[in-house]
Order: sequence, then structure tokens, then C-alpha cells
Amino acid sequence: MTAIAARPLYLRRFPGRTTLVVGLTVVGLMLLAALAAPLIAPYDPVFQDGTARLVAPSAAHPFGTDNFGRDVFSRVIWAARVDLQIAFLGVVFPLVIGTTIGTVAGYFGGVVDAVFMRIVDVVLAFPYLVLIIAIIAILGPGLKSFYIALALVGWVSYARLIRSQILILKSADFVLAARSLGYSHSRIMFRHLLPNALISSIVFAMSDMVLVLLGGASISFLGLGVQPPTAEWGIMVAEGQGFITQALWMTMFPGLAILLLSFGFSLIADGLGEWLGVKE
Amino acid sequence: MTDPVLSVQGLSVETRDGVRLVDDLSFDLAPGEILGLVGESGSGKTVACRALMRLLPEPALRIADGRVALMGQDLVTLSEARMRGIRGRQLGMIFQNPTAHLDPVMRIGDQIAEAVRLHEGASRTDARARAVEALRQVGIPDPEARAGSYAHEFSGGMRQRAMIAIALACNPKVLIADEPTTALDVTVQAQILRLLMDLRDRQGVSIILITHDLGVVAQTCDSIAVLYAGRLCERGPKRGVLGAPAHRYTAGLIRCQPTSAGGEGMLDTIEGQPPAVSAMPKGCRFHPRCGAVIAVCNTHQPEQTARGPGHIAACHNPVADAAMTVSV
Repeated sequence: MTAIAARPLYLRRFPGRTTLVVGLTVVGLMLLAALAAPLIAPYDPVFQDGTARLVAPSAAHPFGTDNFGRDVFSRVIWAARVDLQIAFLGVVFPLVIGTTIGTVAGYFGGVVDAVFMRIVDVVLAFPYLVLIIAIIAILGPGLKSFYIALALVGWVSYARLIRSQILILKSADFVLAARSLGYSHSRIMFRHLLPNALISSIVFAMSDMVLVLLGGASISFLGLGVQPPTAEWGIMVAEGQGFITQALWMTMFPGLAILLLSFGFSLIADGLGEWLGVKE
Repeated sequence: MTDPVLSVQGLSVETRDGVRLVDDLSFDLAPGEILGLVGESGSGKTVACRALMRLLPEPALRIADGRVALMGQDLVTLSEARMRGIRGRQLGMIFQNPTAHLDPVMRIGDQIAEAVRLHEGASRTDARARAVEALRQVGIPDPEARAGSYAHEFSGGMRQRAMIAIALACNPKVLIADEPTTALDVTVQAQILRLLMDLRDRQGVSIILITHDLGVVAQTCDSIAVLYAGRLCERGPKRGVLGAPAHRYTAGLIRCQPTSAGGEGMLDTIEGQPPAVSAMPKGCRFHPRCGAVIAVCNTHQPEQTARGPGHIAACHNPVADAAMTVSV
């Protein structure tokens, strides 16, 4: 037992290890690229070079240039900052809100539970993206509206997930033991039940990042999210669509970046799920 | 005689349908006393103790009547918030299955420290030191390192020790032990009972030991209360109750012990099953299974009568004095 415990995690074998490691590497590299964007990117992402429009990929412009003569490679690198932020913040707010509501609803049950779960049912009855677009349309375009819309819509999945876990766990004996120590309901909920219930939500959050990333790109594509000239993969795809026959690189490289990051998050989610025995 | 630390008077627990699972239970617990609460499964031992802690699964079960005085303070009428201050600090509880009753994702040391910090407002460092000390007190080797372990890294006996350490971290006056050794093997069982007696001797904690094992009672307890179908049959000092049982049910339980059956013959049993809570027999609740029924047993609940110093029994036709002898 001590021999196993003494061995650091990264040396141990566990189910899903390869998947997890590849996923973490992909996301880690993209994070690194985003952080080191000023060092890696050869050009300013918004600098327009009128003499080099729609240049095909070459040594000077590895991913080519767009219709304004901006370097696509630099823009893809800089855009990673925006898109990683979208994936992260777009998941954190729903996770926190949904987890809190789901925990309280599952623990207390009764009227509290019924009210929240009916709200969940109503929100889930609408198509995800349509509801988000509707909220952004009301609040006005921009990333802030996008986060608010996600928080208002995305929490329901987390609330449902965590509630089902809490329902199982709340009759566990360690809850009775905690009550016999004089612990309050909120202490039992958030210090004892939640840590035991959180694993499946973390795994779900990883796959949710894919959804949010694609959602963010779609919203920007539609002109409701990040505004030009900021570099963001969704916008870049949108801007490139008019030139898709002449300059495929304008859409292809940002598209591949979206694909790669989504792939990384998916692998992390699968690896974590397999390792921790969470079924989706 | 010193004042009892815990005094239970006429405690009754009812279901929503008005069925009494515990009926008119009374006993006193002196400082440093170990009381064995004995009875078959379903006799109301656990429900009675949950009622003492005010941890009944309401609204399915509720305290219908009675008084539970902890050092003179009635717990039955206390607000839930005040009661939370009593639990863990004055009244501790340990359970049958330590594996299920420990938080699986919190370090053992943190689980002890949490109780200390909550109830005594200790600082993080003090609480940590107290946790290590508590683990040392319950005989866990290398407590500094073990405080950082999780429950799944402990053996069954060590988990029970850890649970005792958590329950006793704030030095409660009374510890309720709900079949603490049932899930453990015999050698570990003896160690845990030894530990409970040590803690009683060192810290003066009073213990209510719920068990269905009279052997455990004989080894550990100072006094015994026997429950049958929610009612107290007999209560008194260990020697009186085990040596000269008055109630027919107590006598039957003692005969059923493998150790006192003597030799190779068939084990004695008490014929029949305890009554269902929804169909309690009229009169004495034990009479359908009793071998010495007289007319009044069918119609009237027996009153509690004194049988000796501190020894009472509720039986219409008690075992005559010295009618049976049991070595204790």
C-alpha cells in the first residue's frame, strides 16, 4: 500500500492514462502558445499589410494572409487567448451556479427541489444555442453578454447532474455521522457532500468546454460575440467564408485550431472519466 | 451517589401513524458509567439513541413524549441550533460501520480537526495538533503520518479507532456507541472494547453501548438495560441483571448465549419473532414468546418493580430469586 502511495501520480498506470496525457498535452501546448503569443507570433495580429493581401502560406506567412493583409498565423496564435478564456469562463460560471443550486435542491428536496427542477425543465425545453442567441440579442452583442447568457442557460445541466449525485449521497452514513458531530446543513452540503459529488461534474465540465468553445465561435461567427478586428477563431472563419474558394487558409487554420482545442478537451474528459470511473 | 450526567425519563418515539417504536424508556447514566443497551434487532435500541441525539429521520419518526436531561438541561425542547452545539461537543456518537461513516474524500486528520475547529474555535495549527493527539489517544501508530491518510487506507479496526477519535475530539460527556464492534473481527473487537474502557478511565466519559451481544456487555458494562419491542424489560447493575435476571426475556437471552449454554448440546433459542411494530400484542409485549405466561400477561402491561438495589424489571411472573445462576 505504501509502495503505491509513494509513487507519484504521473508514474502510475491507470485506465485512461494515455488519453488523459495526450489531452493535457494538446491543451497545455495551446495554453502555452496563448501565453507566449507576443514571443511566438511574428506579426501584430491586427496589422494590415496592404501589399500582402490573400498571400498563400509561405515562409514569411506560414498560414498565409487574409483579405486585409493580416498574418493568419499570428492571428490564430493571439486568438487562442480569447478562445481559451471563452472556454474557461463560459464553463466556470455555469459550473458554480449549477452546482450550488443542484446541491441545495438535492439536499433539501421538497418544494425547493421541485421549483428549481421545473426551471431546469423549462430551460432544457429550448434549443441551447437559440436561447443563448435570444439572450445576447436582448443584452446586446459582446463577450460579456455571451458569458451572462451561458450562465443563465448552462447551469441547468450542472444542477441536474449534481442533484442526482447528492440524492444518492445524502442518505450515506457519513452524512449522519457529520450530523452527529453537530455540523450545520450548509457545512454538510458544501464540505462533505459536494467534494464527494463533484467528480462527475468536473468530467462533464471538460466536455462542456468543447460545447462552449464551439458555441463561442458560432456566436462570434454570427457577429454577436467577439467584435472585429479582435482575433478570434470563430470571427476568422466568418471573415474567411467569402474567400473560401480563393484563400482556403483563411478559414482552414482557425477551423483546425478550434478542432484541435476541442479534441484536447474531449480527450481530457474521456481520460478523466475512465480513470475516475464516471459514466456519462 | 453523584448526579447522573444523562437522565432519560419516559422517552417515547412515534411513527407518523402513531406507532410507538420506543415506549416509556427511562434510565440514568452516571459519570464514567458504561451502560449496555441490549435487545434484538428492531427492539428500538438505535431509534432510542437517535432520539437522544435528536437525529430521528423526521417527520417519519418523532419524539412523542419524555425528557432527556444532559447535566440538567432538557434536550427534547432545545432549538435545532442549540442542539447542534450539543452534538459532537457534549454528546458524541460512533457507529457500527466505520467505513461508511467516515467521509471518503477528506483526510482523517482533517475530519478530526474540523470538529475541534467548529466546536472550540481552535486555530488551524492547534486543531491539527489536537487531531494528531486524538489519533495517538485511540492507539493509532505513527499518528502524525496517519492524520494525512484517507479512510480507505485504514484497516477496519483503525477506521473504528479513527471514528472514535473524531467523536471524542471535543471531549464529550457522553458517547453513544451503536454496535461499534459488530462489523469487526473478534480480536479487533476486543481491542476496541478495551479502548473504550481505557477512554472511560482516562477521560471519564460515560458510554451507552448498544449491542446484541451479552458477552460484550459482560466484559465491558457497569449496568444493563434490556429492551424488547420498544419497552424496557429490565435494568440494573450488570451483576444483578446477568447473575439474577428477573424478566423472562432477559433470562431467555442469557440462555441463548453460546458460552453459557454449556457443552456440546443444541443452542437454546427463544421461539418466535419479535412482534411487528404495527401489531403489538396486548398485555406484555413478550407474552406470545414467553414460556411462563400467567393470565394477567395477556391483558395488562407489567409495571416496573424493584428487584434489588438499582435493579428493576417489568414482568408479571418474574424468575424466582436464585432460580438460575449464570457465571459472569
